[in-house]
Amino acid sequence: MPSPRTLFEKIWQRHVIVQRGDNEALLNVDRNFVHEGSMFAFGALAKEGRKVRKPRQTFAVADHYVPTLNRERGLAGIADPEVRNMLELLENNARAHDVAHFGIDDPRQGIVHVVGPELGITQPGLIVTCGDSHTSTHGALGALAIGIGASQLKQILATQCLWQKKPKTLRITVDGALGPGVSAKDVILAIIAKIGAAGGTGYAIEYAGAVMRALSVEGRMTVCNMSIEAGARAGMVAPDDKTFEYLAGREFVPKGAHWDQALALWSALPTDDGATFDREVALDARTLEPMVTWGTSPEDALPVSAVVPDPATASDADRRARMAQALRYTGLTPGTPLQEVKIDRAFIGTCTNGRIEDLRAAAAVLKGRKVTVPSWVSPGSTAIKRQAEVEGLDRIFRDAGFDWRASGCSSCAAMNGDSVPAGERCASTSNRNFEGRQGKGSRTHLMSPAMVAAAAVTGRITDVRKL
Amino acid sequence: MKPFTKLTAVAAPIDMANVDTDKIVPARFLRKARGADYGKYLFHDIRYRADGSDNPDFILNQATYRNAQILVAGDNFGCGSSRESAVWVLTDYGIRSVIAPSFGDIHYGNALQNGLLPVRLPDATVKRLRQQLHDQPGAQITVDLESQTVTGPDGAAYPFDIAPTNKEKLLKGLDDIGLVLQNIEAIEAFEKRHHGEMPWLA
Repeated sequence: MPSPRTLFEKIWQRHVIVQRGDNEALLNVDRNFVHEGSMFAFGALAKEGRKVRKPRQTFAVADHYVPTLNRERGLAGIADPEVRNMLELLENNARAHDVAHFGIDDPRQGIVHVVGPELGITQPGLIVTCGDSHTSTHGALGALAIGIGASQLKQILATQCLWQKKPKTLRITVDGALGPGVSAKDVILAIIAKIGAAGGTGYAIEYAGAVMRALSVEGRMTVCNMSIEAGARAGMVAPDDKTFEYLAGREFVPKGAHWDQALALWSALPTDDGATFDREVALDARTLEPMVTWGTSPEDALPVSAVVPDPATASDADRRARMAQALRYTGLTPGTPLQEVKIDRAFIGTCTNGRIEDLRAAAAVLKGRKVTVPSWVSPGSTAIKRQAEVEGLDRIFRDAGFDWRASGCSSCAAMNGDSVPAGERCASTSNRNFEGRQGKGSRTHLMSPAMVAAAAVTGRITDVRKL
Repeated sequence: MKPFTKLTAVAAPIDMANVDTDKIVPARFLRKARGADYGKYLFHDIRYRADGSDNPDFILNQATYRNAQILVAGDNFGCGSSRESAVWVLTDYGIRSVIAPSFGDIHYGNALQNGLLPVRLPDATVKRLRQQLHDQPGAQITVDLESQTVTGPDGAAYPFDIAPTNKEKLLKGLDDIGLVLQNIEAIEAFEKRHHGEMPWLA
């Protein structure tokens, strides 16, 4: 009997080309994604006179810099020459290296971490890389998805391989069931609040338990997406029938006999009974409330019924200093109920919460209501935007007063210019509330799509269950 | 890549945990080419005032620390995005080593690719070093990669861990591509087998 193995271990072992020392290996990369920010890697590649070794295994997607307004004019509609240059560089690099490119006017365009799974490029059991920290999203399909920097991206483009130190394994088991108004976003915010922004450092996380099984593949992506906000190298969920149903028929998924072959391989991936992890964490979902952040790290998350915490209660001086700085930045006073915090803007979208069920959840709250602050939605992909329009969700958003925009990373990192003005407070479905993340001086409160919709209606942080 | 062997230099205490990559280099500068003055973006939004002048409260703007080449920071330094620019602004400014209890994984890996030595030391040790730097502003620290030790201002030496491959790469200034392509035969044999099992991936 072979010894029981984890999902992570099975994928890792299958991809080791060369072992070096005890815990380092040269890994084969199955799928690699590039975006506008990959220009540094392409530039270095050109400087060294190298070519992309496996062009069919790299996919280019325009997302970080695409405008979300005036998209019908394509590249010509971009006024800022630096932004236009970023998109042109990606297109030119993709063409020069014979890499598939989903550009600004391609119907398959969207945020790279939404598009990869949506097109079936990401599949269970694969090693997936991208020069972006939220690459962990792809792990929701049972892949090992690793975010990398420009130098490692250059190496992958040149070799289709990656040296990696083997991470330790952490299983986070979420049992119970989610109450009404509580979503995948609340699960992951609660996990990060529990283990901390560095709590997963050095680990590959497998999310397990009844709640993860019950979540849709989209919801699992929301959870895996924010693994990096807990410091983890990767986040993953074992593939199951939901995964296979999600993938069936998508453009890049194997067909016919290959589909049957793939299913057999994928079905053997889940962690074996008796396999051990380096660390285990458990979370009971029954007591979970909708979560919101009050500070400048995703670990600064609390149930919506809580009050702004007091740095004086912090366990040590460093923590106290960080909390005090976070409160100075966010302009909040200890003891203030979170539900009394007024917001200036609302934003729905991103690789965390820009998928169709996120838009449905927000629309369900907005139906028949009006927003009181400037609000916009940028669907996670152009395909999701189309689907939402077929379902009539765009009408609900528009009738409520939301801007219905085109797909891109938009105000998550505001690289395309969709920034939140200094001093303004944004209820956001994105993944980071760092200082200046949504624009210099912007203040971000992370929450679920339904919670952002509720905040947009009342103009303050609101418990969507009581709206 | 510039090799890293041994460095004795002024160290600046950065009394913050979770120094994220947006703080190290705000996203709006990521579209800029890496020119000769790239280091000016380092810590941009806390280093400069709104009118562009230096913020005198920011530690690297203080005369004592102008030549700092080492940072001693709180937990989870470089958490957040994968932007390698967060390493380039540090190296181009002149920082060669960052000491912290922990690092964002991707940032740690990026640092190793650019001759910037990230040193993990226990929380209590890092706090002691920071305290000594506050007590003696402008004090120097020695980071010796060969012997894997950090020597504080008071002369106490602390050992640190680093993976042997990373150590070798930094000491010699090696690039990963060369190390990968040494294995080209193994890579091609692997791909033949792997894509034989999953032909739809090739």
